[in-house]
Amino acid sequence: MQTAKKPSVKTVQRQGGFLIDLYLPAIIGGLRITLRHFFRNVITQSDVVTISYPEQKRRISPRWRGRHRLTVREDGFIKCVACYMCETVCPAKCIHIEAGEMPDKSVEKYPVVFDIDELRCVFCGLCVEACPKDAIRMDTGIYSMASTERVTFDYTRNMLMDAHAKTDKTKFPSTPLPLTQEEALPQSTAKLAG
Amino acid sequence: MDMILDILTIPLVQAVIKILVFVLGFVMAVGTVLTLMERKWMSAVQDRIGPNRANIGKFTGHGALHIAADGVKSLLKEDTVPAGADRFLYLIAPLFSYFPAILVWAVIPFAGPIGSVTFQITDINTGLVFIFAVTSLGVYGAVLGGYASNNKYALLGAIRTSSQMLSYEVFLGLSLIGIFMVYGTVQVSKIVELQNTYWFDGLIPKWGIFTQPLAFFLFFTGMLAEAKRQPFDQPEGESEIIAGYYLEYSGARFSAYMLAEYVSIVAVSAITVTLFFGGYQIPWLFPDGFHLLGYSLALPPVVVALLQAGSFITKTLIFCWLIIIIRWTLPRFRFDQTMDLGWKKMLPLSMANLVVTALVLLLTA
Repeated sequence: MQTAKKPSVKTVQRQGGFLIDLYLPAIIGGLRITLRHFFRNVITQSDVVTISYPEQKRRISPRWRGRHRLTVREDGFIKCVACYMCETVCPAKCIHIEAGEMPDKSVEKYPVVFDIDELRCVFCGLCVEACPKDAIRMDTGIYSMASTERVTFDYTRNMLMDAHAKTDKTKFPSTPLPLTQEEALPQSTAKLAG
Repeated sequence: MDMILDILTIPLVQAVIKILVFVLGFVMAVGTVLTLMERKWMSAVQDRIGPNRANIGKFTGHGALHIAADGVKSLLKEDTVPAGADRFLYLIAPLFSYFPAILVWAVIPFAGPIGSVTFQITDINTGLVFIFAVTSLGVYGAVLGGYASNNKYALLGAIRTSSQMLSYEVFLGLSLIGIFMVYGTVQVSKIVELQNTYWFDGLIPKWGIFTQPLAFFLFFTGMLAEAKRQPFDQPEGESEIIAGYYLEYSGARFSAYMLAEYVSIVAVSAITVTLFFGGYQIPWLFPDGFHLLGYSLALPPVVVALLQAGSFITKTLIFCWLIIIIRWTLPRFRFDQTMDLGWKKMLPLSMANLVVTALVLLLTA
């Protein structure tokens, strides 16, 4: 027969004593930590984690989904074949394509108009996954498209083909260096591997 | 030329000059700079850079312009009076917070006297009692501001302030009686002079920290509470009562309260330095130069006075810094913890300190 187990209560003895009640050891311990940080940061700034945006920019992961770009073939022509896959899959309905016939018949169609309304885009990356021709990518690393004008966010085909176009009217044109795959690993992992 | 010298000998003129130089040139300046330094030092503790964006063209001065920016901003803000507030009391309350912190400087010596010229605004013979009287007045600024605001949180802050300051003044006074007994005077200039006497053939100075170490800790704790600094800043505990007694203030009056806080930090540091760290004294520096273990270096009186003023200012600044670092080290006490610490720990300790001091003095006399 099993008796019901008494729920065991763990009693933690309170650390007592007059000095501890005066908070002195705790205060000295705390001061040691704050002073260490203080002097380290005043002398060398070695612990400072601030990134002085917008002068400095955080490096982003290579998988980061930034602003879209349209890739080109080796002969410089747009890779997109106007198959409407991306426009169909887009949950935000932000892509607008109008197809035209290709004069040299190397492919059937090409996009005469390829507009992305970046204000509607939710940066889900489904268009990139859907594309059968690797024609649309989100690897520009541009994450800040701040602007005071709505029209700035309507990206046309030619703007999207040129990742860092001069026509880019955003206030903070940001082109941070993407990290390499190795750098992007969490630091603890890197330590374990090394 | 003679006339100018004659005018300079009038005590009133001397006093006015001293007030201008000491209070405007040192206290106000340091208080103002501390408002920025607090933010810079806290960011160093917290691994940040701190304010550095205010600029004129390309010049930022590592954030120095934030002082001016803050000042201009607060002056240009609307000065609101809440509905139902006691208008007159509401408008003058910040001054009550401000003046006590400045009045303290009347009896703080900046350097030793050269002949008949003293570097102390007035050397009244009840100096320490005066300091106590004046710092206690600081409570009125908070209580009036909180009471006149017609706001529950402000009133709570005011009540907290008054109960905290009253509790902590008790052992603050008791802890200093040890100093009175050791040096046998309450005149500030005498206390500072006596801290330039030595044990062991002029080896260890009889600074307050060495003669009354326990009293120093009690006094410094009490003074932190008097200045409403962390960990004793329940009167303005943000998470509980928003901003406490100055909750309703805006614009220039708000910045008067803020500046009063920093000026009282400087005042607290100066009082601590004066009573426990030899005031303007540098160890082994006498009015005629250095003397240590038979070696001596003669110095002209002006150089000695400059060294002493430098030593006083340095020590005061170190304490300002320490008080600010303590703020960014410790969390705020609960209110019952504050009371507990004051009445149950510090008060008995200060009494014990008194008894032991009396016994030692009796036995060694």
